[in-house]
Amino acid sequence: MDTSIFPTSEPETSDIVLSARNVAKTFGSIQALKGVNFDVRRGQVTSLFGENGAGKSTLMKILSGVYKPTSGTIILDGEPIEFDSSTDARNHGISIIHQELSLAPNMTVRDNIFMGREIRTMKGVDFAEEERQCRLLLAELEENIDPKTRVEELRLGQQQIVEIARALSVNSRILIMDEPTSALSASEVEVLFKVIRDLKSRGVSIVYISHHLEEALQITDHAVVLRDGNMTAYAPRGDIDLEWIVRHMVGEHFNLGTPPTGYEFGDTVLKVGAVTVVDATGNQKLVDELSLEVRAGEIVCIYGLMGAGRTELLECLAGRLAARQGRVHLHGRDITRASIAERIAEGLVLVPEDRQRDGLVQTMTIGQNLSLANLLRLVRGPFTSKRLEREHVDNAIRRTTVKAGSPDHLIGSLSGGNQQKVVIGKMWSTNPKAILLDEPSRGIDIGAKAEVFRLLAEGAREGLAVLYTTSEVGECLSVAHRIIVMHKGKISAEFGSDVTKARIMAASGEAVVH
Amino acid sequence: MSSTDVSKMNPTAAKPKINIAGLLIEGRAFGALLVIIIFFSLMSPNYLTVSNLLIMSSHVAIYGILAIGMLLVILTGGIDLSVGSVLGLAGIIAGFLMQGITINSFGVILYPPVWAVTVMTLAFGAFLGSITGVLVAYLRVPSFVATLGILYVARGIALLITNGLTYNNLGGNETYGNTGFDWLGFNRLFGIPVSVIILALLAAIFGIILARSAFGRWIYATGGNQRAAELSGVPVPFVHICVYALSGMLASVAGLVLSSQLTSAGPTAGFTYEMIAIAAVVIGGASLNGGRGTVRGTMLGAFVIGFLSDGLVIIGVSAYWQTVFTGAVIVLAVLLNSLQYGGKRF
Repeated sequence: MDTSIFPTSEPETSDIVLSARNVAKTFGSIQALKGVNFDVRRGQVTSLFGENGAGKSTLMKILSGVYKPTSGTIILDGEPIEFDSSTDARNHGISIIHQELSLAPNMTVRDNIFMGREIRTMKGVDFAEEERQCRLLLAELEENIDPKTRVEELRLGQQQIVEIARALSVNSRILIMDEPTSALSASEVEVLFKVIRDLKSRGVSIVYISHHLEEALQITDHAVVLRDGNMTAYAPRGDIDLEWIVRHMVGEHFNLGTPPTGYEFGDTVLKVGAVTVVDATGNQKLVDELSLEVRAGEIVCIYGLMGAGRTELLECLAGRLAARQGRVHLHGRDITRASIAERIAEGLVLVPEDRQRDGLVQTMTIGQNLSLANLLRLVRGPFTSKRLEREHVDNAIRRTTVKAGSPDHLIGSLSGGNQQKVVIGKMWSTNPKAILLDEPSRGIDIGAKAEVFRLLAEGAREGLAVLYTTSEVGECLSVAHRIIVMHKGKISAEFGSDVTKARIMAASGEAVVH
Repeated sequence: MSSTDVSKMNPTAAKPKINIAGLLIEGRAFGALLVIIIFFSLMSPNYLTVSNLLIMSSHVAIYGILAIGMLLVILTGGIDLSVGSVLGLAGIIAGFLMQGITINSFGVILYPPVWAVTVMTLAFGAFLGSITGVLVAYLRVPSFVATLGILYVARGIALLITNGLTYNNLGGNETYGNTGFDWLGFNRLFGIPVSVIILALLAAIFGIILARSAFGRWIYATGGNQRAAELSGVPVPFVHICVYALSGMLASVAGLVLSSQLTSAGPTAGFTYEMIAIAAVVIGGASLNGGRGTVRGTMLGAFVIGFLSDGLVIIGVSAYWQTVFTGAVIVLAVLLNSLQYGGKRF
């Protein structure tokens, strides 16, 4: 472990605006943080790295007043301080932008930015003044959004900008960003980074959390790595690289695997013929006459930006969205009109992108989630057989290497990576012939990612047809035999596994960043 | 999912510990029932007698049967406001059939036997419920609105059929061969009122369905996360239609029991009973967001309400105060619910 450059117990230099000393936090019997030191420097970006469950978000919630530390002190401008609430922290100039945006989608940009601190006059709210200030803020962020637009009509990237504008509007000196780029396209990330640099030059300090390590490295000035509630490493940007971060995050070297080889692909399992999916209004084509084939044992990766139509394509194949035209065949059988349940029975399953919204039933246990897609096969007589269900669950847990104390615990007790494995295990245990995975690595740590890809490789070796999507180029070049790039609902390019990152990104309509 | 809190939970830490506050919340309905029974036993020597317990239980049967149906609906994340009206209409339908069906073209009056009346009434309740189910499942009408509509429609039909009057004398007539309607409300098996036995049977059946069958699991999954359930192949529309149909049918059972107890069927019977049913479910620890709740809890909830209001009658508290007390118990129950589920972000 790299202990030489830890910050000392006393913050030494004057440019440190906010620091945490020996901060620990326990939830019941769980120690989320075990005595962490952390410094935020004026006008600089400090990135916090760590796997899911390492304690990043807990630390940020303590710094922003959401949680109170169990022990340890928070020092603001050299003075120890205790925040009563996030409002209190905000009054001291600390704002947090959460991973899940906290905007009211039904209200306008203006109303969101001034929510709770409306400019009041004798005649009620001064909307004109609010709007003027709102325009100024958005102009500063170089974002051309009308303050009277409703937030739900904005793209996610723009909503993020609105969140930032709201934080700036209360004169925040310290801005904590928890996974700000997870929903942004590459060009939106560029805009965000420009905003961050701009904020730095105005003396605003940024705390930045991201799973996207390469991106974070572009913007950060200091890096802090957490593992299991401990700080494992700390260094200024000049001294570190990607490999350094990953090493301290997981404690070992990692790659995301290579395409499984040494066998022949089987017959075509999934055949998609000129499928078109339109949006709710029926005017815009989200998937535009797209055709593709996946053979048994083959792993195909679909790369594309946000809005390229990846999710819509997979949801259509799984039966959630109707295809306006085109046909879907599974093993030569036309399943275009089949229901979701029929497709599952035929052997086509989807692991959805948003596991909280679409993948898991949070009120149920790990075991109940794992058996949900397979219940009818576990029925003996009028009831589900406890013995069969237990066997089924144990098999799924072993197969997908879910780390769970007991299958009877609530699903929420698992870390993000293990929850994702439960979603995969649930669908996998229906014995599918083809499995669709929408961003299977979203929001899970690098160790879990590698395990997920290893699972896919194993499945393919056993004859499963695998189709997964990703928005991280690095993940295309892992286990996939073939890489399809989607752009505006169409396939814009198709590559073998020997392609370079730059070519993939160029085909996706993304500016070549590197 | 943020990367905080429970992710590092280790197996030993998650084992249930003896936790007084937790036990109080978990067993609140049971505790409340004990408190009620002890309190009223001290206040009145007549309260804790076998005969009084049986009488109170036969009152509870009506609410309890409604509450089982309500629980099924609430578990899927919906609500059924129509059960009180459907209960009333079921009594009217039964009364109407008992009076005989005049068929003008043949000049005869048909008197269906009691079993046929029962079957037709239950089928009608299920039919009304399945209308709600279709509205909710396919036309995406919020259950609150759909069942509010059915509430008015059913009450209106009941008033139309009877012209606002009450069917008296549902005892039937030997010569027509349709006697026996009062069996449900008056008879006893092994000294226990038939209505209580029916409640116990229904509670056992639905308890087992919820706990052990695939259909039961589908209900919990639909209420816990409908989108995830859909993508796992759960036939969500079917589940919706079934729970509303079952709720309608159970409301009809309650309607038959009530009109049998009264040997009359009035068009305003069951007015605001839906609220009592909802209260029973909530006191029993179910979450109005769906996905959590048990038949056992709901039964305790029904007994809490029934034993409380009957107890207040026995010790001579005015009907107005009864309403206040019932309301206070409901608020307390919901308060405990939010303590139990509130910390979790679902």
